[in-house]
Amino acid sequence: MPAGPLLAVDDLSVTFTQRRRRDVKAVDGISFSLDEGSVVGLVGESGCGKSVTSLALMGLLPSRGVRVAGRAGFRPGGGDTEADLLSLPSRRMRDLRGRELAMVFQDPLSSLNPVVPIGRQVTEILVRHRGLKGRAARSAAADLLARVGIPDPGRRLREYPHELSGGMRQRALIAMAVACRPRLMIADEPTTALDVTIQAQILELLKELVTEEGTALLMITHDLGIVAGLCDEINVLYAGRVVESAQRHELFRAPTHPYTAGLLASIPRLHASRDLPLTPIRGTVNDAIDWTDGCAFAPRCDNYAEDCLGGPPHMREERAGHRFRCVHPVRTDAAAVSAEQSPAAPEPSAPKGEDR
Amino acid sequence: MLRFIVRRVLQAVPTLFGLSILLFIWVRALPGGPEYALLPENATAEQRAALRRAMGLDDPVIVQYGAFLGRLLQGDLGQSLQTGRPVLTEFAMKFPATVELAVMAMIIAVSAGVPLGYLAARRSGGALDSLVVGGSLVGICTPVFFLAFVLKLVFAEQLGVFPSAFRQTPGIDATRITGLFVVDGIATREWDAAWDAFMHLVLPGLALASIPLAVIVRMTRAGVIEVLGEDYVRTAEAKGLHRRTVRGRHVLRNAMLPVVTAIGLLSGALLAGAVLTESVFAFGGIGQFIYSATQTRDYPVLLGFILIIAALYVLINLIVDISYSLLDPRVRVS
Ligand SMILES: Nc1ncnc2c1ncn2[C@@H]1O[C@H](COP(=O)(O)OP(=O)(O)OP(=O)(O)O)[C@@H](O)[C@H]1O
Ligand code: SF4
Ligand SMILES: [Mg+2]
Repeated sequence: MPAGPLLAVDDLSVTFTQRRRRDVKAVDGISFSLDEGSVVGLVGESGCGKSVTSLALMGLLPSRGVRVAGRAGFRPGGGDTEADLLSLPSRRMRDLRGRELAMVFQDPLSSLNPVVPIGRQVTEILVRHRGLKGRAARSAAADLLARVGIPDPGRRLREYPHELSGGMRQRALIAMAVACRPRLMIADEPTTALDVTIQAQILELLKELVTEEGTALLMITHDLGIVAGLCDEINVLYAGRVVESAQRHELFRAPTHPYTAGLLASIPRLHASRDLPLTPIRGTVNDAIDWTDGCAFAPRCDNYAEDCLGGPPHMREERAGHRFRCVHPVRTDAAAVSAEQSPAAPEPSAPKGEDR
Repeated sequence: MLRFIVRRVLQAVPTLFGLSILLFIWVRALPGGPEYALLPENATAEQRAALRRAMGLDDPVIVQYGAFLGRLLQGDLGQSLQTGRPVLTEFAMKFPATVELAVMAMIIAVSAGVPLGYLAARRSGGALDSLVVGGSLVGICTPVFFLAFVLKLVFAEQLGVFPSAFRQTPGIDATRITGLFVVDGIATREWDAAWDAFMHLVLPGLALASIPLAVIVRMTRAGVIEVLGEDYVRTAEAKGLHRRTVRGRHVLRNAMLPVVTAIGLLSGALLAGAVLTESVFAFGGIGQFIYSATQTRDYPVLLGFILIIAALYVLINLIVDISYSLLDPRVRVS
């Protein structure tokens, strides 16, 4: 395996500049990385900058009124040369998108063109990146639909998006995303718009596809329950920054940042652990203060103390691979126990979203 | 589909019936009457009154309308008071000129309006956008006949680049097949005649195109701005498709849907504008004939022509709705 991660995001920030209005810093220095073939979660409340991060990585932010800074090193083709996704010329990005980088969006209905048959929307990516034409493209498209579990693909190819169910539409979008066996797939809340039972199926499908193809998956969600069943590694975002980052088991067993702990406490779980009662985090993300003034979570934090202000808390790493950005971290019972001594980490909640 | 068409046609019947009543009242309410145009200026009042009586114009309006309706049901729209020919014949003779002019205007409006609207939307807020939006406002506000006069004055009379009147240079040797002179010229390979007819179409076509052009520019611009923000355009970009594929297949195709509907509605404005445009350029189509029929109080022509135009308008919009349903699969014609 070549040295270095597949994607290394370093200090990514995105600022929306609007005429006659205060700039909005939607992403404020996010750093995380993702290895070839791994599944990494990006978790955070609504409005914390998840979608903006994914769009920045895909080069899909509007060209005007946006300032992007930082670096996103990506190794196209998995080779040793690294390209910065944030500064590649748009022509190169166009070549990478769809072929090496793919994306699945939140709302499958609005993400499909209503007046173009499903088949055309699948074949166009095969035509563009795999040079397939006519019949070959159609039969490859039918194979793809079958692959993502759409029955009777020949008929579905001729249908329009409104003729498919929500789950089928998301499957079709996933088929488009995996059409060229991308190296990295970004899924931005791919199940939020779907029924609970369908959610589980779609997650299962995504997991199966990335495992089979060795595609790396960046899973973006507000729902820790979803990443629990899927991700190797989880990054928790708050107000545009990563506040905690750890392996899945580590994070669920020993949430260290008060925000993460709060998120975990607020998911209903089958095997509810008594020391983490079901309590929502008070306040909303709108209560955040600016990172330059101190910890953005301070207005909502139970562990808050004076020294949390005055500047952004630094990332700390007390155990290998478990980093957090907090002055007074949570020391749960589980966290006090070292990894070797803990026989059973709390069962991560199944993805069959108890949430909504 | 067939049921849809039949239903729409049946729906149009009461509309046209109501229109015929309104028209009948309006036409009779115009001051004066055909007796002034038909008789020499030095005719006596008795002579005029005798003519009115002979034409049945002094009967109660309801009786006159009944007679009109009775003939209409037999497919008879009466004779033109100006020429003595049946109204239907007159219409058939003059219709191709207007069709040719309207098609020319629509071609100008669409082929300039769609690209301009698209460019304005791509750089919305920019200089080109302001120019296009401002220009389209001027286009909507400028009376068509005024524009026609100015175009004629500048480009025909001052600069002499285009002919100032008629559909073809008088006396030109041209074979007539369809009555659409450009089409006839091409079909018979009489290239000179076709080119000559085309040149005659340019100025009236431009004048008539002004309102549809302005409307199409604005609708395209608004449509493109809206569609550019749609999720499916982002999906298309996420697939790395070439820019032209994204623009053509995903942006324009969706942005054009409302424009297609507008084209149907604009055909009405086009026919209305043709009345004055044709008069300015002595174009010899139904517009000019309606204009002169108004001057001479040629009642049968006014009634007949306007009713036929209204029926055509219904037909055009029916065709537009059908083609819309082919373009947008979400609209099912049942
Ligand atoms: N085009 C834009 N102009 C100005 N501000 C924007 C724009 N897009 C996003 N933002 C701001 O950036 C912040 C982050 O938005 P983003 O869509 O990334 O949130 P999110 O984490 O994906 O939330 P959700 O769970 O609701 O999807 C929000 O506060 C939003 O107001
Ligand atoms: S730094 Fe302070 S305010 Fe911020 S999360 Fe940690 S304890 Fe709470
Ligand atoms: Mg989002």
